[in-house]
Amino acid sequence: MATEAHDAAPAWHATGMPQLDITTWANQIFWLAVALVVIFLVLWRVALPRIGAVLAERRGTITNDLAAAEELKQKAVAAEKAYNDALAAARAEAGRIVAKAKADIQGDLNAAIAKADAEIAAKTAESEKALAEIRAGAEQAVSAVALETADAVVTALGGQADPAAVKAAVAAALKG
Amino acid sequence: MAEGGFAIHPMDQFVVKRWFCHDEPATPLINECTQNIHWYDITNVTVWLAVAVLAITLLMVVGSRGRAVIPTRLQSVGEVIYGFIHKMVEDVAGHDGVKYFPFVMTLFLFILFSNLLGLLPKSFTTTSHVAVTVTLALIVFLFVTLLGLARKGIGFLGMFWVSSAPLALRPVLAIIEVISYFVRPVSHSIRLAGNLMAGHAVMKVFAGFASMAAISPVAIGAVSAIYGLELLVAVVQAYVFTILTCVYLKDAVGDAHH
Repeated sequence: MATEAHDAAPAWHATGMPQLDITTWANQIFWLAVALVVIFLVLWRVALPRIGAVLAERRGTITNDLAAAEELKQKAVAAEKAYNDALAAARAEAGRIVAKAKADIQGDLNAAIAKADAEIAAKTAESEKALAEIRAGAEQAVSAVALETADAVVTALGGQADPAAVKAAVAAALKG
Repeated sequence: MAEGGFAIHPMDQFVVKRWFCHDEPATPLINECTQNIHWYDITNVTVWLAVAVLAITLLMVVGSRGRAVIPTRLQSVGEVIYGFIHKMVEDVAGHDGVKYFPFVMTLFLFILFSNLLGLLPKSFTTTSHVAVTVTLALIVFLFVTLLGLARKGIGFLGMFWVSSAPLALRPVLAIIEVISYFVRPVSHSIRLAGNLMAGHAVMKVFAGFASMAAISPVAIGAVSAIYGLELLVAVVQAYVFTILTCVYLKDAVGDAHH
């Protein structure tokens, strides 16, 4: 480098390091101080409070959201419980209605059966009475037929039937 | 530095010069633009510090403009950095350290943006200068020391008296502790400037080799690889500087330990 031409060569040229040229230090330190003061004031008064507030707000928002989510979750659990309770109550109610309907139907059925039984009994009694009449009629008819038959048999045998004796004999035979 | 037919000037990128001054683009760099720089002159340092300030403002203020609960991409980047540094201060410096969070955040964002902006081609890396990093380290050192003395009074000096060591060793350890305490700003600042300067100089060297046709593919590959490495270094050094600040802050605000 062309050093020989300059009488007032900076100190750095002797060492090869511009950093060691103390003639520039005052300039560097002055402007460094200015820069640091500006940065400090900007950070201290504006940037750091603002960013700190944003971070705090975000933390608050997240906490609130989590709390809200927890609350909603509990509401959902409560709603599910209410639903299940309502379902169980409805099932119980339905069971009760079914039982009541069954009981009613059973009652109706029993009444109808009883009525039918009574009708059947009445019909049976009526039938028995009719049967008895028929049977009585039949007995009379049998004795009449027997008398006639006996009379005819006696006559056919050439005898003279004694009505009273025949009647007695037929009655005895019928009884026997 | 001139070898053969071509010259590599890895340190030229660090030269401080007046911004509104048109010198010859190539060397010699010793001219009216680099001589007799006053403290109030607008230099490339001033410009790149201003770019860092604007970039930080864009990310942290314009990005969070919407104050959205569901953030935009820019806003969420700002929020991630906020959360990262806030957690670091809380974990490392303790609960009492949280009120100094804006101070730590200022340091982290300034160093991070200066490091990353320095990786732009043709840019100037303010954090590669010891003047800058020493100032930063001294700010931390003085802040922690004064804060410790203000909060704990003379009890702050108790951190040099290692009560868990045998009594005979304590004076020796106290001397070592005091020395290490005062070495802190040195290591704190040189680590940052050294990393940045070395990385940028190495990139420049490999970029210079790229002009030699025979090795240019290797050189370009190396520049790409080192650029990736330097991105990592830029972020890691900002992180390291910040976490060390938190560790030092703990001495001032935390419970006595050692």
